[in-house]
Amino acid sequence: MGFINVRKKEVQIKVVFYGPGRGGKTTNLEYINEKFKERIKTEMVSIKTHGDRTLFFDFLPVDIGKIHGFDIKIQLYTVPGQVKYNATRKLVLKGVDGIVFVADMQKERRESNLKALEQMRENLLSHNKDMLKIPLVMQYNKCDLKDEGVELLSFEEMEQDLNQELKAPTFEASALTGYNVVTTLKKIISGTMIAFRKELQ
Amino acid sequence: MYGVSEEQLEKIDVVLTDELLSLGVHCVIVIDTAGNTISQLDRGQCACDVASFAALAAGNFAAVDAMAKLVGEEEFSLHFHRGESESIHFSKVNDDLLLITIFGNDVSLGFLRLKTAEVIEKIKEIWG
Repeated sequence: MGFINVRKKEVQIKVVFYGPGRGGKTTNLEYINEKFKERIKTEMVSIKTHGDRTLFFDFLPVDIGKIHGFDIKIQLYTVPGQVKYNATRKLVLKGVDGIVFVADMQKERRESNLKALEQMRENLLSHNKDMLKIPLVMQYNKCDLKDEGVELLSFEEMEQDLNQELKAPTFEASALTGYNVVTTLKKIISGTMIAFRKELQ
Repeated sequence: MYGVSEEQLEKIDVVLTDELLSLGVHCVIVIDTAGNTISQLDRGQCACDVASFAALAAGNFAAVDAMAKLVGEEEFSLHFHRGESESIHFSKVNDDLLLITIFGNDVSLGFLRLKTAEVIEKIKEIWG
């Protein structure tokens, strides 16, 4: 849950990148870290396994400037994607304000996307949060693999699988090349800020 | 999203300064369980990145809390890590807040624990 510090005139917001394993959540954060180097004053924190997979989470704080005199600090987290780490995913979702669901466009990952989304719904419910009400952006990642001859699901198939009920804003993206990574980030930040404004009113 | 009043934050800072910084601890941080920093005070001896520290501390506390439940405990309300020159003491204030103190070898752990217990009661009262 975001925190407003009236004394420091600061708002802290938690955005979590969620999705199946090896889907590109960490790569999204790495791209953002590289792209906004000047604005990010600290090192990205990653708790990884020896095999370079996310063990607990990645963390990247980004200052996006002032709104109505308040410094807006966005705290980006990823969850570990591997199936066995669900207890950890649940912990990272605590107090989440906005979610980017990073789905993998590869045809062979279809089932993993569906399972991850369903598990996210359950994990959010354990924190009394409704997936349909929380600000959420869908990112269909790895669209660059099309050029390498990898069989991908079409945008329409992805929508049919994952976004029929949610009707969330959606972007095809490539976390590796950076295509639509910043667009995704901007969308989740604006979605979260709009939700806050409504809550405050 | 939530917030507390300026007066509440001011009162928390006074308690932290009077009860803990005066004891000689290097840094004291109050965070919520989502990893947000509520208050942070130091004596100019703590150069750590507070936002990252808060995220890791909240994650660490949540993980240990989950482990406690796995062994049939309601919670492990206190964690302590001893380093060569800096040590960290974590304690749970209530379901929302954690209190973290970073201190050197010149501070007695026993006395710090007593003081921390008093501070927790005061913060609970202020937080409401």
